[in-house]
Amino acid sequence: MKRGGGDLLTVQDIHKWFPIKGGLLGRTVGHLRAVDGVSFSVVTGETLGIVGESGCGKTTLAKTVLKLIEPTKGRIIFDGSDVTDLSGKKVMQLRRRMQIVFQDPYASLDPRQTVRSCLTEVMGIHGLVTSKRESEEAAENLIERVGLNPDHLLRFPHEFSGGQRQRIAVARALVSNPDLLVLDEPTSSLDVSVQAQILNLLKSLQREFGLTYLFISHNLAVIRQVSHRTAVMYLGRVVELAETEKIYNEPKHPYTSALVSAVPIPDPSRRTELAALEGDVPSPVNIPPGCRFNTRCPYATEKCRRETPPLVEIAPSHWIECHYDIDFASMKRSDLEGGLISRGERAPG
Amino acid sequence: MTEGPLLVTREAVLEVKGLRVDFHTYAGEVKALNGVELTVEKGEILGLVGESGCGKSVTALAIAGLLPQNAEVVSGEILLEGRDLLRLTKEELRLTRLGEIAIVFQDPATYLNPVISIGAQITEILTSDRKRFQAELVGAGLKELQDRTEGKPLSPALEKEGRRLRSIEPSSRLRRGEVKRLAKLLALSYLRMVKLPDPARVFKMYPFELSGGMRQRAIIAMALARRPKLLLADEITTALDVTVQAQILRLLKELKERIDASVILITHDLAVVAELCDRAAVMYAGNIVEVAEVTELFANPLHPYTKGLLEAIPRPDARAELKSITGSVPDLIFPPTGCRFHPRCPFAFERCPKVDPPLVEVSPGHKVACLLYGG
Amino acid sequence: MTSETSPKGERRSSRGFRREARYGLHLLRKNPIVLLGSIVALASIVLSLSSGLFVDPNSWKTTHIAVRLCWNNPALNWNLRNVYDCSGPTTYALGTDSYGRDVLRMIILAIPLDLRVALEIVLSAVLIGTVFGGIAGYAGGSLDELILRLTDIFLAVPSLLLAIVLATILGRTLENLTLSVLITWWPTYVRLMRSQVLTEKEKPYVEALRAVGAGRVRILFRHIVPNSIYPIVVQGTLDIGSVILTFSALTFIGFSPSPLIPELGNLVNQGIQFVFTAPWLIIFPGLTIFVVSLGFNLLGDGVRDIFDPRLRR
Repeated sequence: MKRGGGDLLTVQDIHKWFPIKGGLLGRTVGHLRAVDGVSFSVVTGETLGIVGESGCGKTTLAKTVLKLIEPTKGRIIFDGSDVTDLSGKKVMQLRRRMQIVFQDPYASLDPRQTVRSCLTEVMGIHGLVTSKRESEEAAENLIERVGLNPDHLLRFPHEFSGGQRQRIAVARALVSNPDLLVLDEPTSSLDVSVQAQILNLLKSLQREFGLTYLFISHNLAVIRQVSHRTAVMYLGRVVELAETEKIYNEPKHPYTSALVSAVPIPDPSRRTELAALEGDVPSPVNIPPGCRFNTRCPYATEKCRRETPPLVEIAPSHWIECHYDIDFASMKRSDLEGGLISRGERAPG
Repeated sequence: MTEGPLLVTREAVLEVKGLRVDFHTYAGEVKALNGVELTVEKGEILGLVGESGCGKSVTALAIAGLLPQNAEVVSGEILLEGRDLLRLTKEELRLTRLGEIAIVFQDPATYLNPVISIGAQITEILTSDRKRFQAELVGAGLKELQDRTEGKPLSPALEKEGRRLRSIEPSSRLRRGEVKRLAKLLALSYLRMVKLPDPARVFKMYPFELSGGMRQRAIIAMALARRPKLLLADEITTALDVTVQAQILRLLKELKERIDASVILITHDLAVVAELCDRAAVMYAGNIVEVAEVTELFANPLHPYTKGLLEAIPRPDARAELKSITGSVPDLIFPPTGCRFHPRCPFAFERCPKVDPPLVEVSPGHKVACLLYGG
Repeated sequence: MTSETSPKGERRSSRGFRREARYGLHLLRKNPIVLLGSIVALASIVLSLSSGLFVDPNSWKTTHIAVRLCWNNPALNWNLRNVYDCSGPTTYALGTDSYGRDVLRMIILAIPLDLRVALEIVLSAVLIGTVFGGIAGYAGGSLDELILRLTDIFLAVPSLLLAIVLATILGRTLENLTLSVLITWWPTYVRLMRSQVLTEKEKPYVEALRAVGAGRVRILFRHIVPNSIYPIVVQGTLDIGSVILTFSALTFIGFSPSPLIPELGNLVNQGIQFVFTAPWLIIFPGLTIFVVSLGFNLLGDGVRDIFDPRLRR
């Protein structure tokens, strides 16, 4: 059903703005620009990590890609076809191929539905089975594949721990045999040891079923472990996109650099001077002019406050949105106008 | 075994011995704490680390005397500088909470009174116990005088003021207006101490006007204002963004030099422990399973749970395979017999379900509760 | 993060039902009045189902004028001037009414009738409320507005007044009376269900269902409604008592199809004319109305306490 290799998903200049109503008549007084122009591609079979802090728009992006929220602007291209304007039955068909696992295992399952019913319902919706026998068998296989027992099928969500519930959520996502799985902070509510179990499960499922993952998290350590490529989001835009190892070892955007060096390392012999970025994350209601990171950037110049930076391919398959090429070791900054620039018309991927 | 550093045993500020706490619920008796043994040395930051349900917050609440109604301390002692907190009267406990133990929680939004300004909340603490804070209030007044004149010779009026302040007996009362003024000065100094930008403005602000990171700093300021002997910090960075967490961690590192409180830092994040703590205690299902100096703990973990935990943590500095611990946290209404970790332990043997291993010192400063190491 | 301070066993309760039952019993023990009320309510239900066994269901149709409005129960002495002593072999435990029928027997026949009417009204209101409230809450927009305005109109009129007007228009059969009360009753349930649905539909599992491709109707009726039903159940139980009161009030005013029908309000109607000569006729039926509706009220309180998550533990 999907082409081998190539881009499974491409998003082009996706925006999602939420109107803010105010005043006596409830008119729109402004917009919350949760996603403000994001473009990237996801290659079949890879895991693309999306990392960022609160308010950066990653969850909104996830829901917009799946069309759970309609984008304000931009295009979504799935397996070669533009799905942005689909509605009704066509969307239902699309849902078979794109699935999501949410963050909160305690609230993403209907508390009054047994596990089996939860799984067989999806089968029924998409007409995937022809008999009750078949659906029960399929449910059994699926539940075992995610690490639980068939006798768990008759229980209710509240009888399970957080980690087990996430397994059920993963099973539900896999019922329709999707090509793309969006994982929105799937392990953030879980304990460390359980998190490791779930991440390992996800990895093995990817190998077995050839799944493509869009993995969203605020946890840089987790992203490093699971993603092939990583996109760093700040205030609704992707500020850097590259192979994961490059992002962590040779970050090129000042935000990425700050983020990576702010994460504490579980190794006391490597106690560092944790680079602390000053100030707090601005609100997506009031996005700073020019480069949106300029208010906190230690390298910001006048130009940064005036002009929005272009998308630049600073190295092969390594994209950043910045006016400068900064060497963080020496703190030297060189202008990016002229040189390795290609104005980003093609989506980085 | 590597040779640990030569330890100078400092005096203990807090000693928890054999603490057992049960919760009475409709589902049954939850045996939350199963004989917790903990020591906090003067001036150190002790990390209390474990996953959810291990009892670390319950331990903190027990120490602060804030256990909920349905909790029962079955046995044990909590000795704060020799005094058993469990045997205090309600009033004595209240005074202890005011002046000696401060606890800071994870969610600053619900912890701060939303209708009182930050400044008012801190000064409320400072004016609540005249005897305790008077000396500091006077000190703040004197310092302000000093700052104002900046070493220049004092005018006769300010001289008089200085003499008056210095002559105040600990037993005499300050005037109400004076107390208010000095308390504000002192409060501002604490707000400065936690690196809040523009403390004078923050003083007048309400909690909802501050961001998450700033609120957390304000709470830390409020805790420090009490000049506690013991500060309990329960998951104070968990709800914060990475960059804000880095700011708070850096602040705590700086404060560590300046304040003489001992700190119990409760967290599930071993990286934070590595960054900040002197010693660390690992908890599992109501027991302390391992205690050691932080470098020793990470270099040489002994308890199978500690080992498992360290192998399961995703590291931000390298790509590595994550090894998970099989099974899940036990139900504490029907906890496993003997060692509570044995059902998940790859090294368990026949004695493990039978004996609850005591915490024994295996090398100087390094204690483990595991039958593999005696006990 | 899961709360650290909550008792550890709470996260994974593998014995859900038994725990609920134990909690329920504990609550009942803690609150004896609720227990008492619940017993009364359940007793009236049992009585309604079994009354045919010991009382002839048609005995209200025969009148015995000779023994009308008399009292001969030696256990209670009214000390009033004009109390008429029944002669004859039978002792009437609660006296006779204005048609000479045994008041106790009438009450025993009236309770099932009132209860049945109340149940019909409440169940119908629940059904209507669930459907329309659910649609209003989930669909939102102009449909929601329309349904809301409709309920507003009905809620603005005092229910008893509306019931009287309707009863006058529709006529005095038992069915029409039931309908009249029903029409004044349904708006509350629409509102209740709507507000529950509004809350539920924001929950992550609803979004998850959309993500797997579930349609709106399925999400609403198979998932949201079952999760929203508890406050409706509580309200319904409480309302049984109130409906009995309202219905009796209607018949008391005079809307009963026939004065002979064994209905509590009807009996009180008779009684009011003979307060000084036959006080038992107003006291005992009135007391019955009071006790039964109070009983259901208390039962509803108990049901609410069991299901209210905020009152837990």
